[in-house]
Amino acid sequence: MVVKSALAANAAPEAAKVAIWGVSMTFETDGKPIDVLTMLDLDVREGEFVCVLGPSGCGKSTLLNIVGGFLRPTRGTVLIDGEPVVGPDPRRIFVFQERGVFPWLTVEGNIGFGLASLAAEERARRIAYYVKLVGLSGFEKVYPQELSGGMKQRVEVARALAVNPDVLYLDEPFGALDSITRLIMRGELLRIWEAEKKTILFVTHDIEESVQLADRVVVMSTRPATIRRIVEIDMPHPRDLSSRRYIELRDSIFEEIGLAHKI
Amino acid sequence: MKRLIPFSATTALLAAWFLAVRSQTSGLLPGPLQVMRGLWELLEKGLLVKYMVASLYRVTWGYLAAVATAIPFGLVLGWFRRGELSMNPLIQLLRPISPLAWIPISILWFGVGDTAAIFLIFLASFLPLTVAAMNAVRNVPPTLLRAGRNFGLSDRGLLVKVILPAALPQLIVALRISLGVAWLVVVAAEMIAVNSGLGFLIVDARNAGNRYDLVVAGMVMIGLIGLVLDIGMRQLEKMKALRWGYGS
Amino acid sequence: MPTRSDRGVERVLLPIAAAVVVLVVWTLAVQISHTNVFPSPGKVVLGIRELMGKGVLWLYVLDSLRRVLSGYLVALVLGIPTGLALGWYPRLASAFNPVIQICRPISPLAWMPLAIVWFGVSEAAPTFLIFLGAFFPTVVATMNGVKSVPSIYIQAGRNFGLSAFAILRTVVFPAALPQVLTGFRLALGIAWLVVVAAEMIAVDSGLGYLIIDSRNAGKRYDLVVAGMLLIGIIGLGLDTLARRLEKLKSVRWGFQAETA
Repeated sequence: MVVKSALAANAAPEAAKVAIWGVSMTFETDGKPIDVLTMLDLDVREGEFVCVLGPSGCGKSTLLNIVGGFLRPTRGTVLIDGEPVVGPDPRRIFVFQERGVFPWLTVEGNIGFGLASLAAEERARRIAYYVKLVGLSGFEKVYPQELSGGMKQRVEVARALAVNPDVLYLDEPFGALDSITRLIMRGELLRIWEAEKKTILFVTHDIEESVQLADRVVVMSTRPATIRRIVEIDMPHPRDLSSRRYIELRDSIFEEIGLAHKI
Repeated sequence: MKRLIPFSATTALLAAWFLAVRSQTSGLLPGPLQVMRGLWELLEKGLLVKYMVASLYRVTWGYLAAVATAIPFGLVLGWFRRGELSMNPLIQLLRPISPLAWIPISILWFGVGDTAAIFLIFLASFLPLTVAAMNAVRNVPPTLLRAGRNFGLSDRGLLVKVILPAALPQLIVALRISLGVAWLVVVAAEMIAVNSGLGFLIVDARNAGNRYDLVVAGMVMIGLIGLVLDIGMRQLEKMKALRWGYGS
Repeated sequence: MPTRSDRGVERVLLPIAAAVVVLVVWTLAVQISHTNVFPSPGKVVLGIRELMGKGVLWLYVLDSLRRVLSGYLVALVLGIPTGLALGWYPRLASAFNPVIQICRPISPLAWMPLAIVWFGVSEAAPTFLIFLGAFFPTVVATMNGVKSVPSIYIQAGRNFGLSAFAILRTVVFPAALPQVLTGFRLALGIAWLVVVAAEMIAVDSGLGYLIIDSRNAGKRYDLVVAGMLLIGIIGLGLDTLARRLEKLKSVRWGFQAETA
């Protein structure tokens, strides 16, 4: 039986690209069951940029892992284009927070990782295109250990895009970077997104980041996590971070989470 | 300046050795000069090269046999959790048994000769390499395994494209350490069970006339060759394509 | 997903199954090859019984344990301060490095002739070999332990006005302890290997001697294998005890991943 949530912001008029139905997750540690997620419903439209926002440990990464096919939910199901998710799939690529890049391959080697089935010429062409797209021209033959954190994340994004997936999942991809690099990387990600028009599901604990990037922000509660509220960010890109609308939206999320916006 | 410190300390130790021997009463123990002369004597008689070759021959074959069998075996055990669970206690039981304790059995099976010694070297290297390969597989970061799966790799693809490259640096360290162990065991095995090689030289030099200068000369050669083997393996670790594995 | 109770059952059943397979293959191999020398598992058990009956078993086990522990303790007593010094004063370490690098690849057994010259044909000679075997790993482990203490801890110690000795005692030593204990466990394992080998050449008792003697004095391969089995069991026991030490709460903070 499918239980669809009544929240208006959830339901999509046309068929959703990613449909999360009634997903619950319970882990067993030391014999005690821990409810991490409860009855989550979410629809993501094609080409949308959706942020899942919540504090660390609230289960948002678990949700992303379930959607990505790395975990089986205790209850509920995830459909992509109407097909249920049964495992990881090259049509939906996951970008990890850190250490997702293969250290024994160069930048080129990493980006070309999923392209083994292509002819050599096509492969080289694609690698060159994505190296340029993520701004790593000149670093093709460099090994990840010689790259900064931000550059490694660029490699991961390029590697993910190179196989032309339908959906991208990003699990706090900028969490390990310093705040200046984070701002730069957000701009880069948006630039790439507008060029490639992928559906993106982006997990973060950073309120500002979610308001800066997403079309919709899904605010999660603490464990056992449900969706508290979904905030539509109706601002066009590029978003002015000093504008009234931005500050309104940001503060509404602060309030939703129960934080004061004065320190 | 920094280079001088080890040089001077070693020279000081050699000098201390020289003086200590001078002042001994028994006249049995050799000083550094006598050891050098002993080395020269062995070289002239052709024994040095002959024994070196014998020891190296045994080590090479036993070690290579172990590498060829233990690494695939360990990789399989590391990958199949069930395999590891079932074999682990057996491995833990066999590990503390000194390879030399296998001498009677290896002589029973192979007679007195090279094969028995090679078998001992094989034994000495097999279990540590298996354990190292097992651990290397277990230590592959799960993130990398997930990424591999995400890109649609089958089990075999995962093994070749993710697990092996990820495990390689650890494996190479294990290879170096096992070679060191193999070198220790060959010498000991030759002292007990064979009639040639550097280990035999030590025992023979003493038994056949208390030639302690040759004994120590043999020990010095053993140390040098072991050191060269170790340095050689370390060069492998330094290859650029592998260097990523050693801290960043 | 496999539940934890599945795993628990498997953890016990699978090794037992593997052991049974090994025993069966062993028994079959002995029968098929019609050997009258190599023992079947049953003969090995009888052999152990026989040794117990003669009172020889416990005697030999205690002898080996005694030797290993005395050599090992001397290695600790001399090795720990040496390792601390070498780790704390890098110049000292680089000074002695060539000597260490040359001596390390020399099997402890190769020192036997010299040991006999220095200590005569006595208990001291094999104990010296065991000491040698355990000494280098102990020094290296302690040295590396000291070197790996994050310099921020040492800076904190200096910040609070501690002397070098006090820093070693109250900061470096506890910080290095977890890693160092692993090294000590490995050194104990090496000592156990050496004692067996040393007993095969130089003495008249102990498990190593049992193995050589059983063969020489009458091709009693059942006793040979029995001896090997005992060596394995006791060595494993020593290792397990050492691991228990590592698991003590006061030290456990240092271990994040399971070691093999």
